[in-house]
Parts: sequence; C-alpha cells; structure tokens
Amino acid sequence: MANLLVQGTQMLLVLALAPLLTGLVRKAKARLTRRRGASVLQPYRDLARLMRKEVVLAENASWLFRVVPYLVFAATWVAAALVPTFATGLIFSWSADLIAITALIGSARFFLALAGMDVGTSFGGLGSSREVMISSLAEPAMIMIVFSLALVAHSTQLSTIASVMLAGVGLRVSLALALVALLMVAVAENGRIPVDNPSTHLELTMVHEAMVLEYSGRHLALIELAAQLKLLLFLSLVACVFVPWGLAPVGAGPSAMVLGMATYGGKLAVGALLVAVFETSIAKMRVFRVPDFLGAALMLGLLGTLLLFVSGIL
Amino acid sequence: MSEAAFATRLLLNGQLLVALVAVVALLALGLLGVAMASRPAGRSLIYGGALAVTLVAGLSALTAIAAPPAGIVLPLGIPWIGAHLRLDALSAFFLAVVNLGGAAASLYGLGYGRHDHAPARVLPFFPAFLAGMNMVLLADDAYTFLLSWEFMSLASWALVVAHDKEAGNVRAGLVYILMASFGTLALMLAFGLLAAGSGGGYAFDAMREAPPVGIAAALVLALAMLGAGSKAGLVPLHVWLPLAHPAAPSHVSALMSGVMTKVAVYGFIRIVLDLSGPPDWWWGIPVLAAGGVAAVIGVLQALLQNDIKRVLAYSTIENIGLVFVGLGLALAFSANGFPAAAALALTAALFHVLNHAAMKSLLFFGAGAVLTATGTRQMEDLGGLIHRMPVTSAVMLIGCAAISALPPLNGFASEWLVFQAVLLSPDLPAWGLRLMVPAVGALMALAAALAAACFVRLYGIAFLGRARSPNAAEAHEVDAFSRAAMIALAAVCVGAGLLPGLFIDALQPAVAGLIGETMPSQRSVAWLSIIPVAESRSSYNALLVFGFSAVSALIAAVVIHRFASRAVRRAPPWDCGFPNASPLAQYSAASFAQPIRRVFARGLFAARETVEMPPPGALTPARISTSARDPAWAFLFLPLTAAVGAVAERANKLQYLTIRQYLGLVFSALVLLLLVLALWT
Repeated sequence: MANLLVQGTQMLLVLALAPLLTGLVRKAKARLTRRRGASVLQPYRDLARLMRKEVVLAENASWLFRVVPYLVFAATWVAAALVPTFATGLIFSWSADLIAITALIGSARFFLALAGMDVGTSFGGLGSSREVMISSLAEPAMIMIVFSLALVAHSTQLSTIASVMLAGVGLRVSLALALVALLMVAVAENGRIPVDNPSTHLELTMVHEAMVLEYSGRHLALIELAAQLKLLLFLSLVACVFVPWGLAPVGAGPSAMVLGMATYGGKLAVGALLVAVFETSIAKMRVFRVPDFLGAALMLGLLGTLLLFVSGIL
Repeated sequence: MSEAAFATRLLLNGQLLVALVAVVALLALGLLGVAMASRPAGRSLIYGGALAVTLVAGLSALTAIAAPPAGIVLPLGIPWIGAHLRLDALSAFFLAVVNLGGAAASLYGLGYGRHDHAPARVLPFFPAFLAGMNMVLLADDAYTFLLSWEFMSLASWALVVAHDKEAGNVRAGLVYILMASFGTLALMLAFGLLAAGSGGGYAFDAMREAPPVGIAAALVLALAMLGAGSKAGLVPLHVWLPLAHPAAPSHVSALMSGVMTKVAVYGFIRIVLDLSGPPDWWWGIPVLAAGGVAAVIGVLQALLQNDIKRVLAYSTIENIGLVFVGLGLALAFSANGFPAAAALALTAALFHVLNHAAMKSLLFFGAGAVLTATGTRQMEDLGGLIHRMPVTSAVMLIGCAAISALPPLNGFASEWLVFQAVLLSPDLPAWGLRLMVPAVGALMALAAALAAACFVRLYGIAFLGRARSPNAAEAHEVDAFSRAAMIALAAVCVGAGLLPGLFIDALQPAVAGLIGETMPSQRSVAWLSIIPVAESRSSYNALLVFGFSAVSALIAAVVIHRFASRAVRRAPPWDCGFPNASPLAQYSAASFAQPIRRVFARGLFAARETVEMPPPGALTPARISTSARDPAWAFLFLPLTAAVGAVAERANKLQYLTIRQYLGLVFSALVLLLLVLALWT
C-alpha cells in the first residue's frame, strides 16, 4: 500500500515539477547572460495558454498526427514515473527495467519522428531525419550505460540499482565512464546545447523544433510537457544512480520520505544550475559533428562495459 | 534394413500423421496447380486448399511441441535406408511457424493472386514450396533432409523467376540458384562428416550416437554456418537474398523472408546443437561474430535502399543476425556449463524466430498491398497512403513499430531477452568470449537503433506526407483477403508482445530437448510479467506498460478536452512560411537517409554523393546522385567471379589442342595418378 502511495505521488510529482525544472534552467541561463529572464513559473503559464488555444491543423494531417502528442506524452510520463526520484519503493518498478525505460523513450521518439513527416513539409522531414541519426548513436550508447550499471548492480531493475548504489559500491572506473557517457547521452536526448538548441526556430541546425514545427495548441503543449518530463527523467536518472543519497529506501517512514523529497528538490536545483552553466559556456555544434560526440559516448559506454566483463571490481 | 524393420520402427502419433498428410496434400495441390492454373477457379482452389492444409498442420504442430517425439521410417528414397521422419519439439515449433506463416500467405494470396498476370508460373510452385519446407522439418536422415532442402530451394527458385519479364529477376534467380547449390554442397559435406563418425549411418539417430570430435566437429560447425547461413542470409553469403526475396510475388516474398530463413535457422540448430554432440567452448565465437556483423550490415544496407521490398529483405538479414547472436550465446553458455543461461539465450532466439516470421510476413504483405494499389515499390514515388489505405497503413504501423523493437510489441520482447542473456555472460570463463560478448551487445544495440531509423524512414516516406506520384494519389485500399491476412499477423505481433510469458513457456519443450534445461516457468509469475532469471535481476511486464501508457494518454486526452480546448481549425501547412510547395520538395527516401549515409556508410559501403551544378544561366537542372556498394559484392563475389572467369578463359585453350597434345595430357595424367597411388601406399 505504501509503495502504491509512493508510486502515485511520484507520478504526480514528476508531472508537477517538470515545467518548474525547465523554468529554473531558463532563469539560470538568463541570469548567467545578465538578463533578468522570465519567472520560473513561465513554463506553466505557457502550457496553460497553449492548452486553451485552438489547434491549427495542416490540411493534409492524418489521424496519426493528432494521436502522436498523446502517445509521446504518455510514454514519457510512464518512463519518468518509473525512475526513482525521492524513494526507491515504486510499486510498479518491476513492470519495466532500465532497458524497457530506454525503449519507451525510443517509442516516443519513433512516433514523434513519424509525426514530423506526416504533413509532408521539408522542415518536418529534416527534423525527423536528423533526430533518427542522433538517436541511432544515442540509443546504443544508452544501452551500453545500462549494461555497465546492470553489471555492477547485477540487475537491470532501476529500484535495485538505486538500492545497490545507495549501499555503496565504491569508486569504480567503469562507473565514471558510464557517468560521462550518460551525461553526453542526456544532452543529446534532450536536444540541449551543444547538440541541439531548444530555444531556436528557423535555423538550419535545429532538430527537435523542426520536427514539431506544425504543431500548435494543446498538441504542442503536450509535446513541450513531454520534453520537460524527459529532461526531468534524465536528471532524476543521474541523481538516483550516481548521487543516490537521501533516497528513501523501501518501507521507509514519512520522515524519510520528506527528507527524500527535500534532497530530490535540492538535486534538481543543482542539476538545473549545472545545465545552465554548461549551456552558456559552450557553443552549438555543427550537425555533422554530433556523431563524433555521440560516438565518443558510445565508446565510453562500451569501454565501461568491457572493463566490467574483464573484471568485476573495476 | 529389412522389410520387417520398417514396420517395427513405426512410432506414429496423430500429429506426425497430420504432418505427413499435409505434405502429401500440399504436393497434390501443386500437381493440381499445373492442371488448374489457367482456369479462373484455380487460384481460389489452390490458395484455399493451401490455407486449409497449412492451418490444420500448423495447429496440430502447436499441440505437438509438448508431445513426446514420434518417428516413422517410410520405404521411400534409397532402398536400404528408407526415409526417416521424426517429429520432436524443435521440429514441431518450426512446423508451427512455417505452417501458420504459410496459412497467412495463402489467405493473402487468395486476394493478391488475383492481380497475378502469370498464375501458371506461381500456382503449382506455391504449395510445392510449402511442402518442401515441411519435409525439411520432418526429415530425420541426411538423405531426406538434403532432398527436401533442394526441393525447397528449387520450388522457391521457380517462384523467384515467376515474373521473368521484369528487369533483374532472371539475374536474381541465377544468383539465388548458385548460392543455393553452394549451400546444399556445404550441408552435404557437413552430413558426410557427421555420417563418417557413425560409420556411414545416414539416420540422425546414428549420428547423435557418434558425434564428431576435434577437427571434424569444427569443420561441421563451419560447414553448417556456410550451408544454413547462406540460406538464412548471414553476411557475406547474403548477396542473393536482397535480389531474390523482392523478385518473387509478395506473398512468396513473405514466405521466403519470414519463413524459409527460419527453416535455415532450423537446419543450423539441428546440425550444431543436436547432431554435433556437446559444443566446444569456442563455438559461440564465430556464431556471435557472424550474427553481430549481419545485424549491423543488414540494417545499414536497408537504410540505403529505396525499394520497399529490398528494405525489408535487408532487414531480414539484420533479424537473422539477432537470432544467430542468441544461438551463439546459447552455444557459449552450454559449452561452458551454464545450462540455465543457455536456455534463456536459446529461448530468446526461438522467440525471435517466431516474432520475425510474423512481423516480416506482415510487412511484406503490406509492401504487396502498396504494390497492388500503386503499381510501384519505389518509395520515391509514394507518400500519403495513410489517407488512401487506412487499414493497410494501420497494420503496417504496427509491423514497423514491432520490428523497430518498441515496447510493448513482440520485437522488443525477444530483443529484451537477448539483452538479458548478454548480461549473464561475465560469468563465462573464457577470455575470448568475455571480450566478444559486450562488443556483440553493442552491435545489437546499434542495429536496433538503426532499425528504428530504417522503419521511420520506410513508413514516413511511403505512408505519410503527400503523394509523390499520381498513382500514389489515387491508390485504393486492397481486398478483404489481403486485409484479413495482415490484421491476423498484426494481432500476433501485439499478442506475442503483450503476453510473452505464454510464448516463452510454450517454447520450453524445444529448449529442453536441446539444452537439457529450461527457463523458469512464467505461468506462475504474478501479473503476467516475465522474469527470465530472478526477480531481483530483471522483469518486464508489457501488459502493464501498455496499460499504463494507454491510461495516461486517455487521461491526458479527457482532461484536456474537458477542461481546456477541443477546437480544431484546418489550415494550410505552416512550414516556416513556405507552404504549398510541390510534393517533390518533401524529404525523399534518399534525403532522409543522408545523415546516416554520411555517418555510417562512407567507408565500408563507399557511399558517395555527386552534385552536378550547372553554371549560372544554364537551363539544365542541378542534380544530386548517390551511390553505395554492398561490401560482400565488392570484396568477395566480384573478385571471385572475375577469378572464375579468368580460369575459364585459360582452361578454354584446352579445347583447341592437337591430338598429340591431348595424348600427352592423358599420358601425364596417368603417370601422375600412378605416382600418387604409389606414394599413398
């Protein structure tokens, strides 16, 4: 019962926090570039405004175009709900392990890339084509990271991995490689600088924004919310695997839960700040430099896995 | 063997009898096809008959998986040996795959065959092809196996060249028959080595009792990989597959790609895991390497193709690679004393065999439907079919998502199992395997991600966007038979994806027969999850993931429609202010693949882009053309054919010698042979 409560709280928590996280990143970026920036609550206002607006649908858009925002949102939400945020005792954590969570994100991307091609505009195709190129390297890199974690924790179950990490596994070379690779994959998966720029339009290097160019109104709101959830998901993933301190263990009391939430909030704030600092201090890459970047992530992940295959203690 | 022995070896059960009757009935249908081909009723009769026979045979084979093995010796074939036939769990599983795939193809053929302009070249061979595949799976001695294998190859060859007027089909047939002969030769040698161990016994039972050892066993493995691998499409023996599979009529393409490659996998499993005795520790290495390489090369090639059926054929190579990775892991685990892990890997491979049969047949049916509706297989001439062909595009979406290994569909379930097997392999003692397995795991992950890219491209270009040709703009939905066949297969993809536990349990008798161990039973797991090893290690519940996602999507839709807005206005596309350009200005198949072509295909595939830019003021259009090569052709087969040609050229001189030179040649040959004889003894 307690686990069910944790699961339910988590589902609502990630949904409620995701826009705030994006607002925080934007605010921090604005301050770092000496602008005042919009309020951290602005993403909520944007979402509410988009939800209320009518949808302007391209004349030849098919049913798939209208269904995809819901699919993308649902898949991302479910994936985000399965990554431990403040407590490990999620009742449904066994329904999908880390490989399945990766694949769920892959499903969301598959459908979004299809939607980009549905109207038959050149920008949509451009975005989809580049998105699948990026994912064709980011996804195997992610799987390699999952392998490294699974070999250390002897489980692909995220709750178990988090518990093992919480109990302490010591400093390991393979985990360090996995962390670097995971950060690189997270940057690419969320379309952040230097891989993609979430705040540009009408620029030939844009990827994600080009794909969703034809979306408007509530559809766009759902896609933006899904993107915000995905950022939250990756920060939570890094937090629960590499800085698991404060996570409430299975069957913990209310005080541990509150502590877990507080530390989780702190971790997210620090994460948002780091993202902002990173993004303001680096330039956007050319699209065809991205494969080198992600190839490096893939190699680091593979190296970490190989080290673990060679010796269980590295 | 005497006459009496034939009678004593009878161990017939109901399922074997059904299988035998099915083979006879299919052969009879083939003969009937010769007579009835020109009549209008011929098509309904042949495909209807094949549908009934394969459906019964397939369902009966399903019940035979859990039944004890049955065998019979028929007084056919070589007089003293007879034809040994046997139905065990492994053959029963593959029989079910073949016959249920065959039933779907027959159902599809009922509608699709209507558009065939040369039915006399298809109708007799279609049931014969099915019969051939059934016979391979029932064979229990080397002679019957090879005979059936050749029969299957020849029947499918006839179907490949059925439409011989279309460009390239005759060449496809030639390459196919050459590679098929090569494959049979390799298998013949493999069986020769196996029979040598048992003192010349051709029955599989005799071979099992005296398995080969040392070099002979290694040679059997190599020959099985060449023989069965060439039929299955392992790189670099795959070159015939992307030529031959698309050349055949679409329901036959589905059979060849979805089903016949599985018969090849069966041949490999039968020879290597059953007849060759306990594997050596290193047997997994070549199999894993071949599988990993086939997976990546196959899917990269698929991304470079513009012909839908060729994309699907190359994707078959990728999936066969995945199956062989599973088999390689099973070999490695069972040779090094981890039977439970071997059972997991073998289950994953067999489950993927079933999944790939369903989804690849579905995709080929969809390609056939597109071909019927638009008259073309070129993606560059398609587009917007989702508006014109609602059923086909819906089931194709399921097929594309399934083969891209997306949860909660079946492709993901089997791939997930393979990954779980990979994660067990640090326990392996051998260094070679320990270094090999993570690399192969990375190749598999890469192949899966590229497969998703490949099928986004296929579906996005052919079914979404705007029509790129008048034919695509006026396409019509296909007939009810074709739709029924596609819907049935889509249901299998969804069912096997949502309830993988049922399928895993059903496979266990076949796994137990080969490994001697099974995966833990999934029936007792709560909530229909699957738990391959232990609950703390990993579990996956597709039903719950699907239910969760569906409920979340529904909640979002209801809440937004109820409390926010439900207004929709149709308007021209925005496209950054440049709407209404020609449909040809959309992203095309070639342009969609451009980033991946640049990243992955420059070296090995020598992908090149040539831009012809006319000088300013010239009226000629600018052109961009792309080219890529198949490394197997470039590095193996073209040099090989050139070498054969050169040798033939030299040998040709022997035709124009004088009588004295011929006599000299005969004399020196005689001396040489006598010398060899003298030195030998």
